[in-house]
Amino acid sequence: MMQTVSGELGSRLLYYMKFMRELEHRIEKLYRQGKIVGGVFFGRGQEAISAGSAILTEPGDVVCPSHRDLAAFLIRGMEPWVIVAHYLGRRDGPTRGRDGNTHMGSLKHHIISYISSMAAIVPVANGVAFSFQYRKQSNVVLCYFGDGATSRGEWHEAMNFGAVFKLPIVYICNNNQYAYSTPVSRQMAVAHITDRASGYGFPCHRVDGNDVLAVHEATKEAMARARRGEGPTLLECETFRMSGHSAHDGAEYVPKELFEQWARKCPIARFEKVLLEASVLSRAEIEQIDQRVEAEVEEAVRRAELSPYPDPAELLLNVFADTSEKQSPIALPKAEGN
Amino acid sequence: MPELTYLEAIREGIWEEMERDDRVFMLGEDIGAYGGAFKLSAGMLEHFGPRRIVDTPLAENAFLGAAIGAAMMGLRPIVELQFADFITTAYDQIVNYAAKARYRWGAGIPMVIRGPAGGGVHGGPFHSNNPEMPFVHTPGLKVVVPASACDAKGLIKAAIRDPDPVLFFEHKLLYRRIKEEMPREDFVVPLGKARIARAGKDVSVITYGAMVFVALEAAEALAREGLDVEVIDLRCLVPLDEAAVLGSVRKTNRVILLHEDTRSGGFAGELAARIAQHAFAYLEAPVMRVTAPDCPVPFSAPLEEAFLPQAKDVIEAARQLKAY
Ligand SMILES: Cc1ncc(C[n+]2csc(CCOP(=O)(O)OP(=O)(O)O)c2C)c(N)n1
Repeated sequence: MMQTVSGELGSRLLYYMKFMRELEHRIEKLYRQGKIVGGVFFGRGQEAISAGSAILTEPGDVVCPSHRDLAAFLIRGMEPWVIVAHYLGRRDGPTRGRDGNTHMGSLKHHIISYISSMAAIVPVANGVAFSFQYRKQSNVVLCYFGDGATSRGEWHEAMNFGAVFKLPIVYICNNNQYAYSTPVSRQMAVAHITDRASGYGFPCHRVDGNDVLAVHEATKEAMARARRGEGPTLLECETFRMSGHSAHDGAEYVPKELFEQWARKCPIARFEKVLLEASVLSRAEIEQIDQRVEAEVEEAVRRAELSPYPDPAELLLNVFADTSEKQSPIALPKAEGN
Repeated sequence: MPELTYLEAIREGIWEEMERDDRVFMLGEDIGAYGGAFKLSAGMLEHFGPRRIVDTPLAENAFLGAAIGAAMMGLRPIVELQFADFITTAYDQIVNYAAKARYRWGAGIPMVIRGPAGGGVHGGPFHSNNPEMPFVHTPGLKVVVPASACDAKGLIKAAIRDPDPVLFFEHKLLYRRIKEEMPREDFVVPLGKARIARAGKDVSVITYGAMVFVALEAAEALAREGLDVEVIDLRCLVPLDEAAVLGSVRKTNRVILLHEDTRSGGFAGELAARIAQHAFAYLEAPVMRVTAPDCPVPFSAPLEEAFLPQAKDVIEAARQLKAY
C-alpha cells in the first residue's frame, strides 16, 4: 500500500532522520577518538520514532525525549553544534559541561531533560501536561521512554495519574526489544507494552516504529485527542536497537540474525523508497538532502570543537537561584511565561 | 597467589560465599549472561546457574523488596545496583522496610545491597554519586566503603555473613586500577574495624573509599616536607570504629577529615562532633575538612576535577594545620 505524503513533509522527515543518523555517527567517531568520554547512546534504527512524532509539535507543545530520540532535539530547534558541544563537555552546551550525552534540556525550546533513572521523566511529563490543563492551554506533551522503563513503579503510577486527570499527553514507548542486555521476554510476561498500559483507561496502540509515516499518523491522532481534552494515548512503537546499549557495548548477547533482519527494515531506506516510488522526491532531491546533512554535521562538529571547556570557577554557580545583582554567567534560558 | 583487582576481589568474595552457603544468591539488572555493567559477575551465571544469579526486570523497588522478603525467610540475597546512584529509586524499601524490621518486630534482614559509587570517571551527575549519608543516618543499616582489594574481598564476605542489612559501596574508580595479593586462607575483614593505611605522628587524615589513595599521595609529598602523616581508612561508616579515630587524633593532635562526598551533612561533620566531644583537649589546631563542595557531580573534565578533592587540597590543609 502506497502511503501519501507531501513533498514538504516528506523531505523534512527524511532530513531529520538522516541528520540524527549522521550526527550520531559523528558522535560515535568522536567517542572512539577519545574526544567524548562517558556513556554515549544512539537511537540508530529508531529515527522514525522521534522524527515522525516530534515533527507534529506546535511551538507551545513540549517534548520529553529519551536517550534514543535525538531527532526531537533537532526538530525543536536545538542547534546541532550546541548538541555536539554538550557531548564534548564544552561551555556552549545546554548544561555548560555539567552533564553529558543526551542528558540535556532547554526550556526555551520546550525540551524537558530526562534523568538517568529510567521512567523518572514520566511523572514529570505529566506535570508539564497538568500545567497546560491548569492554564487552559491547548498544548500537548510528547513523553518518550523505552520498554525497560515500563517495569518501574514510577511508570505505572504515572500512567494511572495521567489517566485519572485526562492529561494532554502522548506516551511514546520505543520498544526496541532490549533494555541493556535484557530482552523484553525477561522484562515482562505479557507480549506488548500495550497489554501493560491498557488497564489504566486510555487508548493504547501498537505502531510500526520503523515506518515514519505510521508513527506520524498515530501521533497525529493521539495529539488531536489530547488537544480535545480527551486524555492520554500510549503508542508502542515497535523497533530495534541497531547498536549496543551504549557505545562501549558490543551487544554480543543479541543474536546476529536479529540485527540482519532489522537492518532490512531500516526506517530511512524504507522511507526513501516510499518517497521515490510515489515520486514525492527525486533521486537528485534526496542526494541534495544527503549533502546538506553532511555539510551541516561537519560544521556542527567543527564549531563545537572550538567551544572552550567550562571554567572551574563556575563550579558552584546556580546550585540555587542566583540572588546576587550581577547576571550569572551560566543563566539558563527560561521558558516564556515563567 | 595471583594478584586480584578490587573488582575481581569482590567477585571472588561473593563466589566463595556462594560456594559455602546455598542460601546466598545475587539479583539485579543484566548480571547474568551479560555479567553486569562492570562485568563484576562475569562467569557467575555459567557456574551457579539462573537460580542463584538472577536477572531482574528494570524495577529496583521490586527486586529490593523481593530480596528483603527472601532474607526474612532465611535466604541471603545480594542485590546489585547497576549504579549506586539508582538506590534512590528503592529508598522506601531500604529505609522504611529493611532498616526497621528487626527493631519493630524482630525480623532480621541479612542482605547486602552493593554497587558502584563515586566519581572520577566522567560519569556525570547520575553515575558518580556517593550516596552513603542518607543510609548512615538511618538506624538499622550498616554502611561499608572498601578502599583496598583485600578489604573489598574480606568486607564483602563479612557483609554477606552479617545478620543485618548492609550497604556496600564499591568505588568504581578502583575497580580495575588497584591490585593486591589475597591471603591464602579463608578470611573476613570484620565490619567496624578501621585500618591504619599509613602510620604517622604529625597529622591524621581520616578518610574512606578512593580518597584513601588521595590521602596517601598527599602523605608522600608531605613526608618530603618533614610532615609525618597518618592515614586512617575507616572501611565502615556504620559501625564506626570510633576508638581508632580518637586514638589517632590523640596521637597526632591534628586532624583532616577527607571525603569525596559533598560537604554539608557529609560524614566529616559526624567525625568532627565526636572528636570535639571526646578528644578536645588533645587538639592543637581546629579540625579541618577536605571534601567535595556542595554541588552535584559535574560531567566535564575540568569541572569534575575541580569538584573532586585532590592531593593538593590535603597538602594545603596539612600545611595550615602545621602553621597554626
Ligand atoms: C532506575 C534505573 N535503573 C537502572 C538503570 C541503568 N540502565 C540505564 S539504561 C537501562 C536500560 C533501559 O532500557 P529501556 O528502558 O528499554 O530503554 P532503551 O535503552 O532500550 O531505549 C538500564 C538498566 C537506570 N538508568 N535507571
